[in-house]
Amino acid sequence: MSARDRILSRLQHDVIASDNEIDLSVHLDKQFDTQEKLERFTEKLESVHGEIIRCSENDWTQTLARVVDAEQIENLTLGLGALPDQAADAVSCAVRRYDADIEDWKGQLFSDVQAGFTTCRGGIAETGSLLLWPSIDEPRLLSLVPPIHIALLFAKDIANTFTEVLCTQNWQDGMPTNALMISGPSKSADIAQVLAYGVHGPKRLIVLLAE
Amino acid sequence: MRDIYYFGTCLVDLFYPQAGMAGIQLLERFGARVHYPQEQSCCGQPPFNSGFRDEAQNVAIQQLALFDQPFDLVVPSGSCAGMIKHHWPELLKGTDHEARATELAARTYELGEYLIDHLNVTLEDQGEPTTVVVHTSCSARREMGVAEQGKTLLGMLKNVTVEVPKYETECCGFGGTFSVKQPEISAAMAEDKTTHLAAAGADRFVCGDSGCLMNLSGTLEKRGIQLDSSHLYDFIWERVQ
Amino acid sequence: MNTAVNFTDAAKTALKNPTLRFNFRQAMDSLRERRAAQFPDQDELERARDLAGAIRRRSLNHLAEKLVQLESQCQKNGIQVHWAETPAQANEIILEVCQRHDAKHVIKGKSMVSEECHLNDYLAKHDIEALESDLGEYIVQIDGETPSHIIMPAIHKNKKEIAELFAEKIPGVEYTEDVDTLTAIARKVLRSKFETAAVGISGVNFAVAETGTLCLVENEGNGRMTTTVPPVHIAITGIEKVVPSLSDVAPLYSVLTRSATGQHATTYFNMISSPRREGERDGPQEVHLVLLDNGRSKIYQDERMQDTLKCIRCGACMNHCPVYTRIGGHAYGTVYPGPIGQILNPQQYGIDQQGEMLSACSLNGACGEACPVRIPIPSLISELRHEATRNDQAGTVYGQGALRKLHEAVVWGSWKWIHRTPWAYKAMGLAATRLRRLVPSAAMGPWTKTRVKPALAEKTLHELMKERES
Repeated sequence: MSARDRILSRLQHDVIASDNEIDLSVHLDKQFDTQEKLERFTEKLESVHGEIIRCSENDWTQTLARVVDAEQIENLTLGLGALPDQAADAVSCAVRRYDADIEDWKGQLFSDVQAGFTTCRGGIAETGSLLLWPSIDEPRLLSLVPPIHIALLFAKDIANTFTEVLCTQNWQDGMPTNALMISGPSKSADIAQVLAYGVHGPKRLIVLLAE
Repeated sequence: MRDIYYFGTCLVDLFYPQAGMAGIQLLERFGARVHYPQEQSCCGQPPFNSGFRDEAQNVAIQQLALFDQPFDLVVPSGSCAGMIKHHWPELLKGTDHEARATELAARTYELGEYLIDHLNVTLEDQGEPTTVVVHTSCSARREMGVAEQGKTLLGMLKNVTVEVPKYETECCGFGGTFSVKQPEISAAMAEDKTTHLAAAGADRFVCGDSGCLMNLSGTLEKRGIQLDSSHLYDFIWERVQ
Repeated sequence: MNTAVNFTDAAKTALKNPTLRFNFRQAMDSLRERRAAQFPDQDELERARDLAGAIRRRSLNHLAEKLVQLESQCQKNGIQVHWAETPAQANEIILEVCQRHDAKHVIKGKSMVSEECHLNDYLAKHDIEALESDLGEYIVQIDGETPSHIIMPAIHKNKKEIAELFAEKIPGVEYTEDVDTLTAIARKVLRSKFETAAVGISGVNFAVAETGTLCLVENEGNGRMTTTVPPVHIAITGIEKVVPSLSDVAPLYSVLTRSATGQHATTYFNMISSPRREGERDGPQEVHLVLLDNGRSKIYQDERMQDTLKCIRCGACMNHCPVYTRIGGHAYGTVYPGPIGQILNPQQYGIDQQGEMLSACSLNGACGEACPVRIPIPSLISELRHEATRNDQAGTVYGQGALRKLHEAVVWGSWKWIHRTPWAYKAMGLAATRLRRLVPSAAMGPWTKTRVKPALAEKTLHELMKERES
């Protein structure tokens, strides 16, 4: 008998206790209107050091360009696709596309890249969170390794709660390699409970919230 | 006139009989006829909490039989009331006594809770202005869910100002046999609690559970802190004379 | 198996350390306040706990079936699944993977299950350096310590102690108490390790059977680094961490972060469902999942104790425990300190080995009140005390009866006889009250070392009531 079979045999039981009802209403009842969603999202994300810049769906590229200039970002790394293409065209700084395997440029990514730009799959009003599904076009490390992460979120994609997202968006039908929920820049309170930002991931998270 | 049973508890019996008597007199003043079975002894919490369940069960069965009339059972202690209400049914599960224990549990109350919810008491304070600091036992707070009742009763006394210590909800370190098996940890907890009680600046410390009271008054005295202690029901009874 | 430590002696030593007492008090106060601030509405809190408890209960009800489903979903996704009955087996599995990839050093995310395995020591014996990347874990690792809290591993240390440690252990670092600078130092050291590590090892917070997804909760980004940058990722978890559906994850995550550190959300919630897929630019080429039993299936077999396995490792029980607050985590001498440790360790390693800590509980109920999945921790401690002292060999826990002492059994035997024999009880009451002045303080043992002897009454309540009736 294998370890697997021995473990599983010990977990067999004659009577399966009845399951309690799973009542998700404590989460699903949280419904915000459009305005409340934006306010709540902003309040929660800002409370954890996220920076939000509101813009419109039409002029987000100009907003991005202004941010890049204002923050004196000298180089920006982006993925592929229509939105990253627009972003790349808009900014005046040096642009690098994440279009090679990590093995080919790991050293550069870790040492030279100042900021990374990604799109978002959605957001969550309750907790001020971003939802990202990294992909072939927008790899996982784009939102992690550069010291500044700039994320583009469309306000219409903000859901009420994470529970709502997982109950209504059918993620279970095809999970990506790595789905992410991001709420603020990297931080730690492991030294005497004092908050420090940019521990291993980005020190800053700048969200372009496009309405 | 409603008939009720009174379970005095072993600590009240030996150390705080006046408080036990005060509880009975309060019940009587507000319309109860109190029955006190002389064969009563202990709820069995000390051996139960020490793991000696057979011994606790044995005594629980014998004590259970003393309260077979359908009267409410009132206990001047959150801790002992909690034992009867929550642990006797668990202890007697699967025995012939389970149904009776469950039935008794449904009519078991802590004294303060009973005075407020069932006898609708109002207290006429006859005493001089004073300030008290209160500790509520963890069993009253978490097991019986009667964290506020002691303070509510004291609040009815117009000349009594009620204070609570910092870290109000934290354990005083008594915990029955815990204080004997881990005396150093228990003492550290009692030291902190008495420091906070003293810092409240009250004239008197009151507590409705004998174990906590004994632990804290003993620690206050040993540390030389000038703060008199009273059992909650003793204090209330005196104020309404 | 862990070695037995003398819990009581370690606790006494901790009590005498004012720095440690201060550090823990301050930290626990702040964690408790932050949790309370996340649950302003009592009704919502109770409903969230009901929901989370029900999800964990349902997960356990179908544990075997869900583990098999998890395994097949993971395999379908390309994740290799391994089963280990013991820490030794888990270590061998992990070593084999490391050696196959010729790993000289591996980078680790936070994993309490790997602490159960003493994995770092094991790998070191085979010339593989395992470096902890969670800041708190890194701090305790470079000081040769173990975590003193399951969520905040270095909570026992203050700024000054960490400043001294960094200056002493990290080459080229000057003494500074500036937290941002200290953090930047650790970031720099660890970044180069992330870049070069051949294997990343992480824990798992929830494993979703429906989709074969491994979920990780973290703030620093080290978890994401560990599971994304090295070419191989090994996740290790206890078999109880499985949940049936993806929709189960959100409610558990919500109570976990709020209960643990009082955060409405952590910075990162990382859901991994496969190795790097065709065309993807980053992520590990291989992902392994090691499912460790280490006594869990034994706990599972006893219905009374099964709730132990509902735990989602938030640490709220220790944050609310007045004993843990005073003695800290190291006094327990075990992987899991505090109330969850008090119910878990004796069951995993035997009451004879790790049962002593069962006495360090006043049954005040603060842990049970805080537990986000409604584990009745005080009742389980009480049950384990029964297991520890029973002499009928009818229990289920390893080392049952190991703490039964003859003198204590005699005391409770006499107690029973007196309290069920009305005349004896009354005679005892009479004797005690009449002879009250003769009872020496010493008779109360250690009680009177820090307390004045309680005064026995002149007459018992029994007598007062008897007199009144006559």
